[in-house]
Amino acid sequence: MTSKLGASPLLRRVLIGTGVGLSVLLLLTPLLLIFIAAFSAGIGGVISNLRDADMLHAIGLTLLVAGLTVPINLVFGTLIAWCVTRFTFPGRRLLLTLIDIPFAVSPVVAGLLYLLLYGSNGPFATWLDAADVQLMFAWPGLVMVTVFVSCPFVVKELVPLMSTLGTEQEEAAVLLGASGWQVFWHITFPNIRWALLYGVILTNARAVGEFGAVSVVSGTIRGQTNTLPLHIELLQQDYNATGAFIAAALLTLMAIATLVVKAILQWRLQRDH
Amino acid sequence: MRKLILVAGLLASSLSVASAKELLNSSYDISRELFAEINPLFVAHWQAKTGETLTINQSHGGSSRQAQAIIQGLRADVVTFNQSSDIDVLHQRGNLLPANWRERLPNNASPYYSTMAFLVRKGNPKNILDWADLTQGDVSLVFPNPKTSGNARYTYLAAYGAAKQRLGADAARNWMIDFLRRVVVFDTGGRGATTSFIERQLGDVLITFESEVNNIIAQYPDLELQRVVPATNVLAEFPVAWVDRNVTRNGTAEQAKAYLEFLYTAEAQQLLANFFYRVHHPEVIAANADKFPQTNLFTVEQVFGDWEKVHTDHFANNAELDKLLAEGRRSR
Amino acid sequence: MSALPFRALRSKSVLPGFTISLGSSLFFIGLVILLPLTGLVMQVAELSLADYWAIISDPRVVASYKVTLSAALVASIFNLFFGLLMAWILTRYRFPGRLLLDGLMDLPFALPTAVAGLTLAALYATQGWFGQYLALWDIKVSYTWLGIVVAMIFTSVPFVVRTVQPVLEEFGPEYEEASATLGASPLQTFWRVIMPEIKPALLMGTALSFTRSLGEFGAVIFIAGNLPWQTEVTSLMIFIRLQEFDYAAAAAIASVVLLASLVLLFVINGIQQRYQHISGALK
Repeated sequence: MTSKLGASPLLRRVLIGTGVGLSVLLLLTPLLLIFIAAFSAGIGGVISNLRDADMLHAIGLTLLVAGLTVPINLVFGTLIAWCVTRFTFPGRRLLLTLIDIPFAVSPVVAGLLYLLLYGSNGPFATWLDAADVQLMFAWPGLVMVTVFVSCPFVVKELVPLMSTLGTEQEEAAVLLGASGWQVFWHITFPNIRWALLYGVILTNARAVGEFGAVSVVSGTIRGQTNTLPLHIELLQQDYNATGAFIAAALLTLMAIATLVVKAILQWRLQRDH
Repeated sequence: MRKLILVAGLLASSLSVASAKELLNSSYDISRELFAEINPLFVAHWQAKTGETLTINQSHGGSSRQAQAIIQGLRADVVTFNQSSDIDVLHQRGNLLPANWRERLPNNASPYYSTMAFLVRKGNPKNILDWADLTQGDVSLVFPNPKTSGNARYTYLAAYGAAKQRLGADAARNWMIDFLRRVVVFDTGGRGATTSFIERQLGDVLITFESEVNNIIAQYPDLELQRVVPATNVLAEFPVAWVDRNVTRNGTAEQAKAYLEFLYTAEAQQLLANFFYRVHHPEVIAANADKFPQTNLFTVEQVFGDWEKVHTDHFANNAELDKLLAEGRRSR
Repeated sequence: MSALPFRALRSKSVLPGFTISLGSSLFFIGLVILLPLTGLVMQVAELSLADYWAIISDPRVVASYKVTLSAALVASIFNLFFGLLMAWILTRYRFPGRLLLDGLMDLPFALPTAVAGLTLAALYATQGWFGQYLALWDIKVSYTWLGIVVAMIFTSVPFVVRTVQPVLEEFGPEYEEASATLGASPLQTFWRVIMPEIKPALLMGTALSFTRSLGEFGAVIFIAGNLPWQTEVTSLMIFIRLQEFDYAAAAAIASVVLLASLVLLFVINGIQQRYQHISGALK
């Protein structure tokens, strides 16, 4: 009897074969190409490209942007999740939809929103100029748009988990006289730490790799406002395809690390709950 | 975490504008190698003259995006652009320098200039020798979008100006429709157009600055690409200016002015000629005569009026360029 | 606003932190999300209706809508089938390398889009690993409309897989066995038993993939070739208008894109609500 769906050995083989084949062509081959192209000029080529001042600056700037974005979104993401899962109030659903907006909006539109508001034509232009503060086409602008595009991750990881966890333990702790911070730190945090870390990992991956939004507000000036993903494009235009792939390989290593940590966290999450 | 703070601190210090003995030169993207050679010469020159040690920082990017960044607050002391309208923008949108910036230095504030040239494939198979050959047979062209690239604005004006001289105004307009219709891709910048021509093998002819054409030929010796410089051509200025508001804030007015004046000296002009830019210094011209084919150059002002007029007549929304493109599409 | 009206809103929860968490949530969402949106509205409001219409109905911009919509549609339909297939084999079969394959599905979310674009363009270029074979069939991918589709497929692979997978996991094979025992053919089981169960998730995943594809920029511009009227996506049109210093036109086109994505967002949230309702009933 092979009437059970998909149990026929032939069908099973065809389906797995197709799925694996397509995944290899679609997802794995690009990964291989990146590293092969990056090392096409040998180790020496990799090292000299990595020691280039503009490349180093791009790496540093990318780390700075991610390093500022992640804590901001971690703190506010946790607060938002706490707010929408621990209390019911009118407009709660609306709040949840609003936090989804950055995922629905095209990154270029996201960059444009900030450029229009904080740029030299925007409503704050004279005020910013008087204070001699430059936001757009400078690193603060990069951080601002990156916070925007990556802010839903932490919330989206925490909300489903915190909803299913329920509030009994926390309520009990409050009744026993624990302060708000004690409740969060001793009761809530141990339960959500893996999900929180998961959100951080995803936020970080997006912050490091963002291209569309930052390219609108960056000006892509080498050694000043050029992040690593933007640097890829410039290197490619410099007739330096190897350099572009070396920058790409760095970002790919980050992506693979993200996937590994993600897999570990998922395993932890499943074990804990 | 501590590492992160360290990185942040390092970056913050490298990003901020430090002491008055620094100059920031904001320049177009492909001038990196050029200024990497010119700057040490000026630093030595200034040291010998005043005893002051100067550091010159470079900022490279698309000329228009650099202008935007300066308007938004980038503290560049001097700009060395490939498009005078990008300096005009600094006056119009930010009032960062006076309207008459062109009169403050010799030759319209352009220490060097270039003109447009054709890059054709090995052996020049389509036999392209001048503008008129570009609309023969099935010849297809590559140059960037004139709306976003100064390079392409010059190409457009050079082609139009030469056609006017050759054919008269009405026929020139029809020729331009044909000319623009043959463009297979409008990349946003010069380097993108080069990639289209070289890597993607699009088009028979790439049109860009003469200096860049020589650079590309040197980059790809295996392809045996050839340079063609049409006889009637536009004079493409590479204007420079100090940014008054920024040099006042940074206290670098004297250094900025001296730096730009240095570009007119024989020493600097020879360096510029090495990078295939045309120069004004008579001795340097004589020494490099064989590098540059004889051409009959017209200025944009002679044929089309001042840059503001050029913009409103040709490059503004629904101006001549848009009309020519639309008519070309309709007749396709 | 003082804390008092906030308190009046709160439910009878004994938990602390309502005022501070709601306050900071509103502050953050207001500052980071809503305020920039008003900036766009303000810029668009400066245009007359006629000008606004002229900008958004410019033939070249309209061509970019068509390119973007058609490519996103094809890409999300491909991902519907591919995602369903992957979700099926990942949940129903055990084979060596399954966990690795499962991890690989998330790669497009972790990999920066610029990296994806650079790599795909090189793979499918006429001298590239794939492009040279496709060239034998006279198929060009890089720098054509197909290239846009490939980039969109790549960047939105995980959506369908990751929405359908949990549903299939929960809806175990016992239902299929029961259906088979009752004499249904495999095809009948698939259409009558499984399909109704995974339909909301499938729909949501496809809609998410479509939304993502509409806005995709980084991966697309590397491979699209950006030929006016042929391979320019709408995000690129916005970018070009910005480079032309034409902020008003950029904002006008962006408002169209934004409106489309907000409508899609509400549709997706609608499906999700229904979906939660259904899976809730299942438990």
